[in-house]
Order: sequence, then C-alpha cells, then structure tokens
Amino acid sequence: MPRPMKGAKTPEKSKDFFGSIQKLLIHLKPWKYLLSLAILLAALSAILALATPNKLSNLTDAITKGITPKTEKLNKINEEILKNLNDESLFEIAISSSLSREDINKFQEINEKINKSESSQQAFFLFTNIPDSILNIILKDITFENSHISIQDQKEFLKVLSTMNQENALEKIDALPESISNLIKPSIDMEKVKDITLFIGSLYLISAIFSYVESFSMTTISNRFAKLLRSKISIKINKLPLKYFDTHETGDVLSRVTNDVDTIAQNLNHSLATLVTSLTLFIGSILMMFSTNGIMSITAILSSLLGFSFLAILLGKSQKYFIKRQEELGNINGYIEEVYSGHNVVKTYNGDKEAILKFGELNQKLYEANRKSQFLSGLMMPIMNFVGNLGYVAVCIVGALLVSKQVISFGVIVAFIIYVRMFTNPLTQIAQAMTALQSTAAAGERVFEFLEENEMTDESHLKKHLEKENVKGVIEFKNVRFGYNEEKTIIHNFSVKVRQGEKVAIVGPTGAGKTTLVNLLMKFYEINGGDILIDGNSIHDLTRENIHELFCMVLQDTWLFDGTVKENIKFNKENLSDEDIWEACKTVGVDHFIKTLPGGLNALISDNDTVSSGQKQLFTIARGNLEKAPFLILDEATSNVDTRTEELVQKAMDQLTIGKTSFIIAHRLSTIKNADLILVMNEGNIIEQGTHEELMKQKGFYEKLYNSQFENTI
Amino acid sequence: MGKLFKNFTKKDLGFIGICLILIVLQVALELKMPDYMSAITRLVETEGSSIKEIVLQGVYMLLCALGSLVSAIIVGYFAANLASNFSKTLRDKIFSKVLKFSTKEMKELETSSLITRTTNDITQVEMLISMGLQMIVKAPIMAIWAIFKILNKGMEWSILTAVCVFVLLITIGFLMITVLPRFAKVQKLIDKVNGVTRENLTGIRVIRAFNAEQFQMNRFEKINNDLTNMQLFNQRMFSIMQPIMMLIMNGLTLGIYFIGAFLINNALLSQKITLFSNMVVFSSYGMLVISSFLMLAMIFMMWPRANISAKRINEVLEKEESIRDGNFDEDTKIVGTVEFKNVSFKYPDADEYLLKNISFKVNAGETIAFIGSTGSGKSTLINLVPRFYDTTEGEILVDGVNVRDYKLSVLHNKIGYVPQKAVMFTGTVRENVSYGDNGREKPTDEQIKEAIHVAQGTDFVLKMEEKYDAHIARGGTNISGGQKQRLAIARAIAKNPEIYIFDDSFSALDYKTDVTLRRELKKHTKNATSMIVAQRIGTILNADTIVVLDNGNCVGIGTHKELLKTCEVYKEIALSQLSEEELLNA
Repeated sequence: MPRPMKGAKTPEKSKDFFGSIQKLLIHLKPWKYLLSLAILLAALSAILALATPNKLSNLTDAITKGITPKTEKLNKINEEILKNLNDESLFEIAISSSLSREDINKFQEINEKINKSESSQQAFFLFTNIPDSILNIILKDITFENSHISIQDQKEFLKVLSTMNQENALEKIDALPESISNLIKPSIDMEKVKDITLFIGSLYLISAIFSYVESFSMTTISNRFAKLLRSKISIKINKLPLKYFDTHETGDVLSRVTNDVDTIAQNLNHSLATLVTSLTLFIGSILMMFSTNGIMSITAILSSLLGFSFLAILLGKSQKYFIKRQEELGNINGYIEEVYSGHNVVKTYNGDKEAILKFGELNQKLYEANRKSQFLSGLMMPIMNFVGNLGYVAVCIVGALLVSKQVISFGVIVAFIIYVRMFTNPLTQIAQAMTALQSTAAAGERVFEFLEENEMTDESHLKKHLEKENVKGVIEFKNVRFGYNEEKTIIHNFSVKVRQGEKVAIVGPTGAGKTTLVNLLMKFYEINGGDILIDGNSIHDLTRENIHELFCMVLQDTWLFDGTVKENIKFNKENLSDEDIWEACKTVGVDHFIKTLPGGLNALISDNDTVSSGQKQLFTIARGNLEKAPFLILDEATSNVDTRTEELVQKAMDQLTIGKTSFIIAHRLSTIKNADLILVMNEGNIIEQGTHEELMKQKGFYEKLYNSQFENTI
Repeated sequence: MGKLFKNFTKKDLGFIGICLILIVLQVALELKMPDYMSAITRLVETEGSSIKEIVLQGVYMLLCALGSLVSAIIVGYFAANLASNFSKTLRDKIFSKVLKFSTKEMKELETSSLITRTTNDITQVEMLISMGLQMIVKAPIMAIWAIFKILNKGMEWSILTAVCVFVLLITIGFLMITVLPRFAKVQKLIDKVNGVTRENLTGIRVIRAFNAEQFQMNRFEKINNDLTNMQLFNQRMFSIMQPIMMLIMNGLTLGIYFIGAFLINNALLSQKITLFSNMVVFSSYGMLVISSFLMLAMIFMMWPRANISAKRINEVLEKEESIRDGNFDEDTKIVGTVEFKNVSFKYPDADEYLLKNISFKVNAGETIAFIGSTGSGKSTLINLVPRFYDTTEGEILVDGVNVRDYKLSVLHNKIGYVPQKAVMFTGTVRENVSYGDNGREKPTDEQIKEAIHVAQGTDFVLKMEEKYDAHIARGGTNISGGQKQRLAIARAIAKNPEIYIFDDSFSALDYKTDVTLRRELKKHTKNATSMIVAQRIGTILNADTIVVLDNGNCVGIGTHKELLKTCEVYKEIALSQLSEEELLNA
C-alpha cells in the first residue's frame, strides 16, 4: 500500500525486545504453516531474483556474439579463391584458344605485378583488373562451409576486399555478395536467445507469483492476527477487575486496541517478509557476486559501502532532528488544542496577544526542526541514487578493464550492474525493517502487558445459584471491611441490615465514596473482611453473574450505545416484544417522547441531538425497568438534567423502587427524606446512619449538609 | 490548492524558480548519464579501445551523477525551507484567524475540526510541497525528455515501453478505483471499533450489572469482522502492486534485450554495435520513463488528500468574522451596570429565536441570576455580554455603552467570565490564575493567593508538592473537575473585573464548597456585578434579581419570594428541587 513518506519516525523503544517478539511469535502459532509458507516463498522469490542476473549475463553474451564479424573466415575464403590462381590454371590459360592475345598480355602483365605486389590489398586490386575472360577460367565455383560461391560473387568479393580498410570494414562486409557475407557476418544463436529469454521470463513470473502469494498470505495472517488481538483485548476488558479501570485511563486501553494492534499488523505485514527477502538478497548477492568474479565483487561492495557509510553518518546526525520535530509537533498540537478549546476564555481574558506570541515561539521552533529534518530526509533519495551510480561506474570501469584483458565477458558487467542494485537496496530495507520491528516490539509489549493483567478471581467452583423470582430482598452487611488499597481501609467494620422492600439512601459530598457501597454490593470489588448476605447467602458463595441478575442498576452517567432506541432499552434481553418495550417506556413516561422521534423505537440515538441528557436518563431507567430484579441500585440524576425532565425522571425512579429493596445514591437531599435508612458518607467512610429525623437531631454532618442548601449567601 | 499557493511570497517564488532551473539541470544530467553508459559499453565492446578512454567516460558519468546530487541537495534545501516556511506562515495565519473568530464561527467549524485543520491538514500540504515540488516538476520533464531521447532509437522498443507504461497505469488506476474509496470506509470502521471499545469501557459497570458482556462482545465481533474483511480486501488487492511493478520493470529490460537480439541479428553488420549500445541505453531510459510515471502516479495519489486539506484550510482563512471590533476605549462614567434593551437573538441561518425581547438592568454590586430548563436560552443570554455572539435585535449596554461600540479588549477587561466547563492551560497554578491581560498590571502574588483562597482552592493547592507553582497538565487532567472549576473561578477573581459572569460554574462543586465559595466571593466582590446561570435553586435563592427563562422568553423577573408567588415556571422548577416547606423556610 503506497503511503506518503513520512520523516523517518523514531521508533518507540521496547523494554524487552526479544521477549516481546517471542510472545508475538507464540501468539502467531495458529498460522504457523501459512507463516512458514510465506517466509519460504519470500526467500524463494529472492533466490529466483538472484538467479536472473547470471542468466541475463548469458543472454547479453549471446547477443554480443552476434556483433563481431568472423574476420578469420574472410581470410579463409580469400585463400580458397586465390588457391585457384595456380600453375594448373595458368596452364589452362596458356592452352586456351578462345582468349584474345590482348587479354593474355594484360593478364601476364598483371600476374607479374601481383607477384611483385607488397600487400595483399594491392594484389586484390590488381586481381580485379584481370579481364573477365581470363578470370572466368581461373576462378571456379567453390563451396565453402556448404555455401556455394559463384564466380560472379567471387569477383565481387575481390573487388570489395580491394577497397577495404580499418574504418570501412563493416560497411564493406555489408556490401559483400550474400553468399559470402552470410558466411562472415556474425549471427546470434536465436534459439539460445529464445531459450534464455523464456527461462528468465519464467523466473520473473514465478518470482512474481511467489511474491504475490507471500504477500497475500502475510496480509491474511496479519489481519487475522490483528482481529484476534482485538477480540482478546475486548474479552480481557470483561475479565479485568474494576480496580484496573480506576487506575488506567480509557484512552490508554483504546490506544492499545487500535493504534498498537494496527502497528503490529502493519509491520507484520510489511517488515517480516521484507526482512526475509532482503536478508536473502543481501547474502545471496554477495555469494553470487563472489562466485562470478572476485575483483568485481570487491569493487561493487566497496563502492556501495563507501556511499553507505556516508549515509549512515548522515542518518545518525539527523536522528535528533527527527525526534526534535516530533516533539515540537506534539508541543504545538497540544497548545493549539488548548487554546481552541478554551477559545472563550482566551478571548474574554484578552489572552490572544499572549497566545499569538507563544504560538509564534512554538511555531518558530517547529519551523527550525521541520526545515532541518525535512532537508535531511530529502537527502536520502539523491544520495541513494548517487551511491547506485557510483557502484555502476565502478563496476563498469573495472569490468571494462577486465573485459579488455579478456578475464571476463561483457555479460558479467551486465550481471554486476544488477548485483550492485540487489546489494544496495536490501541494506536500506533491512534498516527500515529493523526499525519497524522495534516499534512492533514496543506495541506488542503494550498489548501483551494488557492481556497478561491479573483477572478477576475464578468463580467456576461456585455452584450456588439464587433464582431471582425466589429472592425476598434482604441484605445484611456484617462487619464489612474494605479499602481500595490494602494499606488504606476506608470502611471499617460496617454492619447494617436492610429488610425486604426498604429504601436505603446514600448521601455525602462529591468524592465521598458513595459508589464504593455499590461496588461492594455488585461484587465489582471483593470485600477485605466481613460478609454481605443476600437473603442469608454470603456473596462469597455467589457468582458475580448471579448477583448481577438480582440487581437492577441505573447509573447517573447515562450509558447508551450507538444503536436504536429499541436496542438500547432492550439491551441484552431476548424474547421481548415491542409491546413489552412500550410498556416499560410508558411506566417511566418516556413513551410520548419516543413517539415524536423520527422512526420511533427505531430512531438512532447516536445522530440524534434532540435527545437531551434527561431523556437519555429515562431510557436507561426504562432499560432497568425491564430487568425484573428484587434489588435496585439508583444513582440519581445530576443537576445537568433540565428541570422539566427532571420531574419525569424523578417520577420514573420512584416508580422503579416500588416493591424492590433499593439503594439510592442521593444528590438532592429533599428526595430521600422518607428513606428507611440514610447512610452518610464522607471521605470514604460511613460516618452517620439513621432516618432523616434521627440524623437531624444528631446535629452532625448530615444536618450541616442539609442546611447548607438554604444558606443565605448571595 | 491554487488559492493556498497565493500565500507564497515573491522570495518564495524566486526560490521556486531557482528550483525549477536546478531540476531541469538535474534531469538533463540524469538523462545524460545513459549516454556515457552507452559510450562505456561501446568502448568495452570495441576491440582495442584504451582503458584511459573508458575511465574518462566513467569520470564524466560520475561528474554527472555528482552534479545531479549537488543540484538535488540544493533543491532539497530550498524545498525544505520553502515547505516549512509555508507551513509556518499558514499555521500563523490560521491561528490568528481562529483567535479572531467568535463562538459562532467556532461552532460552525467545530473546535476538533479546527484543530486538525491547523495541524494535520497543514502537514499534508507541507508534505505535498516538500516532496511534490520536486516530483511534480521532475516527473513530467523526466518522462517527456526521456521519451524524446529514445523515440528515434527503435520503434519496437518504444512500443514495448509504451505497453509497459500502459499496463502500469492500468494497474494503478484499477487499484485506485477499487481500493481508494474503501480506505474512507476503513477509517469509519476503525472509528466504530474505537466507539464500541469506548462504550465497553465507559459502560463497564452497566454492562457487568446487566450481565451483558456477551451481548457487547457480539457487537464488537461484528464490527471487528467487518473491519478485518475490509482491510483484507484492500490489502490483498494492494499485494498485487509490488509483484506487478517488479514484473513490469524486469520484463521491460528482458523484453528490450530480446527484441534487441532480433534487431541486431537482422541488421547490417555496420549497425550492429550501434544497435547494441542503443539497446543498453534504451533499457536504462525505459526504466527512467517507467519510474517517472510511477512518480506521477504517486502524486496523483497524494494530490486528492492534500487538495482536500487545502480546501479545509481555505475554508478557515476565508471565513468571515461575524464580530467586528468597535473603537470605544475611554473610561465610562458609570461602572458595573449591564442593561438588556429588548434583546432578541437567533442564529443567522435559524428560523427560531433563541431569545425573545429580553429587557432587564443590573447595577453595580448587584447579583442577577438566570434560571430555566435546558434550551431555555440562559447560557446564550449571558454569552451576549462578552460578545461571543451579537444580538439579532435590541442592544446590550455595559456601563451605559453599547457592547458593539467597545473595543473588544476594553469590554473584556470589564468582565470576569467563568465557563461551565473549566478551561485549564498547561503551566503552573499561578500562571493559570493570572492568565491573560486585563489592561492593567498582572496580579501580584498576594492577589493570586487571595483569589485562590476565595475560590476555596487553597487547601488542595497547598497539598500539591509545588504549591502555587504546581504543574497543571494539558487540559488539567491531573486535577479533578471540582478543582479545575475552583481555579477557573480564582482566575476570574484575580482579574478583579467589574462584572462577573458565571455560566453554570458551580455545578461541579458540592453543596458545601459551593456555599462557602459563594459566601467568600460575596465578601470579596462587594462592588462587582454578578451574572449567574444556575441549575440549583439553592445557588440563586438570594439573588437581587432572578430572571426566569422559558423557551427564550422571559417569564418572570423578581426575587425568589416574589417569583414563588407570581411565576408558575419558577415555582415548578423550585418544587422539583426542594419541598414546599423547604422553599418557604429558605
């Protein structure tokens, strides 16, 4: 996948590189066959690629053979022709009666000159001057290497030869009569060329197919692996104790599900195969080079290394600028986010001048870092090109030298030109793949760290199960002791008995730990000492799942998911008809509102801005209403719900408490005055308990809290 | 994109001109190299050529390579400078522009979108300039020039090269058409995976309470499956790219040699060597042509992204500012009064009025409170005072002067504004409290401490290790919501303004803190005017004036006692929070 080039990213360093990679491999076990296949194919495809330069060199040699004329044949034919100018032919001329006197005289004259001639060239020239009648006698049809050369052709041949010199030799040969030129002209062994081409072509094709299958397999593995990791993380979320989420941020877990898994998948997809291919190519090309020619190999490797050492120095120097750039980018992004989201404050406090000043500073710093890192990263490509060219020239020059000394054939140069490329490319790729592996290890570490977190205690041995239809609804806290940390106990020896159908209110200022009691009731956290009894059964003997069945819980942070109103109200309950849902909605009084939504129950909640937080709260109450459980936990709505809806919510909540033993986290004291029991919490502890009247009489914390609502302040 | 390029200065354009010349030079040198290659080839092939000559040609070629490297470095230097300078200028422009925006523009463009526009979008454009400048110019010159160089060197080879380019373009085109639209979908699916995971995390108590783990898991798996399948499809399609590219490149060389063998075999002897060196040259030019087209294809892939970014940036730069600065900056005779005169307000493109015909006046030292259900317009109302929006009809007078006439900075100096959601800046507690410029001197240490004391923040600030110099992390994530709110209130106090605006600023505080804070505040700000939006009746019970809003209409003005008798809406709200008996006792 073509991705825009980024300034070389600085890899996140992993704490334990090999450990992390090992874990990664263990998790990859389900795909071990496919993975082996992919790695094998990557290596094979590289090996095939390595085999081609030599073949290409053969092809070049075959072609080169067709370039140089067979000059030695020229002489042989010459000799063959001149052989006929012997005593026998002279005798024949002498006895011939058909010849004119004139011709014979001329011939004798020329013959003498030929004998005296200093160069064969001159001789040829003279030869062509011999009258035709005589030549016809001297020259006889000859057959050279199965090729018939007519007398006419021989005459032509001699004529051409007579004017041939170093410069025009090739043109002259072209001008020779066909019967002769065919013999002298070099010819390429086309059958061989075809064979080699076909062979290399097949190699390319097979290599391409291998590399496609490899890439296809790796894609499959990496995506399936990513899916598995995402699933595992998602399952893990459900198995972790709530404690974990108190100490870890949502964003942190989220980034593991997406960014880290993505990094692993991406790098697995690209780097692993690249690493195998590159290593094979790198080692293979060195082996192949040395097996072809030692001097050329050293030339190629030295010249490339020269370039690379330069590149390495440059990279080392530029690393700090890349880091700097990332830092500055982070700084400026942070500042932008801050100012934009605090826009109103910046404006009303006239902070804009200050902001522009500070932004200018950050921007200038970013500019400096940007400029340098971009320049340096821009240098890579040209330098790589230059290294390539340097290798090329070195190979060509040394190669030419060796060719001229006939140590190697020209084809070797062609092969080496490709070897140089094969040798230099993997080096950069190996470096890149290693960086990628580094960040994979770091990402893997974070994912596995999460997957290896301690899970909630196993409950498979608990066989007791309370049917919610049969539970009366009595709860007893018996000397309960609890602390979020072992060192800091916040609930000491708390005991209270709640009878069937009673209403318990939990009050206290924000941060007083009101949700702690809920956490304990729901067995979200394990108590450190004492016991909580549901209808006389210890919660230690009940599974979390069973306890959850017995409770209906409505929390103040209205949790709705991306889906329709119906899906949200129905949630995980099956076999519910629309009538059941309407019934629940009617009970909490949200039915009219749902009817006004486009699509009614099927309206999507995500893109419906018209649903206010109060109405969302009503949905969650309706959801709770469907859960016919003996216990109820209610976290009252905050002040952010608009006042009109608030009334509805209040009524709906009251409706919900009917016939249930309920625990209400109260924010507004007026609503819980009639509670059977009020638990007052502060700084994690339960400091007072009793009915409204009792607590008011105590004139303690509760009384102050209650009266603070009406204090004269403004 | 074109519009953005208008941001280049004359100097920049000069640099671009120099780059252009250098790139042409670079191309010329790079294209010259195969000539030397062919010369070397010819020399090697011809018997009896001297090594000296070969080395000479080699040196020439290296000189070309070096020349091209040097020019590439210079171009790279200019391009890096140009691109970083361009992005710097753009960032500055956008940032200053955004600071001039009013709440209306912020809402229209959305804060999160503005952030990406100032960061990622600019980076996209920057990347296009730094890389693209070289490629956009180089690729076509290279392609055309290389094509011209080889055009007369062999029809057969040219056809083969054309076929290869064609196949390459078809492959890329096919992939772009089938896969690119799916990339957007992948992003959406990733968002969905994120979304469900976020749901699982935020709703963990609910999910566990309902034993709905499996239900959520099924939802997650469905999206996980969709994402995996989509990714698999895309990446499998893209898997074909690399092998095909290799096949084309290798195939081209092989094809050129193969065709070359035929041509040479059938040629006249005198032309064979020329043909041979042509063949060698052609194979390198052919590569250059292919790689130029590859570069072009890359630009085509980068272009749409950068272009969208450019559009988004332009949208910000061209956005008209709805709030115009006034020029009144003198002292006023009266101090601390706010008067609404028949104020109506609606968003420019909306049909419905959010506020209808509101009139009231508040004097120095008085407190005015606004109450009403969500959407009744109370936040909108007080946002009109610091001119986050301008009124549609009617006027607002601060100290007797229309807010529109004030120089914005002068108006803002009179106001201490505390938003519903406290805003914290990275820095120390001290820096956060003394934030901004109130036209006077920065508050002294004493004033800062006093402000924090009034805002009930002394306790937690002193508990932090560095006390007043304790670091506040980005977004104030290292302190709680209530603590942030207290510091935000301290910030307003430290400013010592004439008029306080509290936009539901107390709801993050518990009753007790709320009460103590307001008591202290009252003592501290005897002469200042307070405008309070509140949800809790208890917060506003004792305001001098309470304005009851319902659907943008003012349905009652008066004190608590008066309103209980006269205003039905007020009574309804009050009763939903306190019992009748409590109300009477209050």
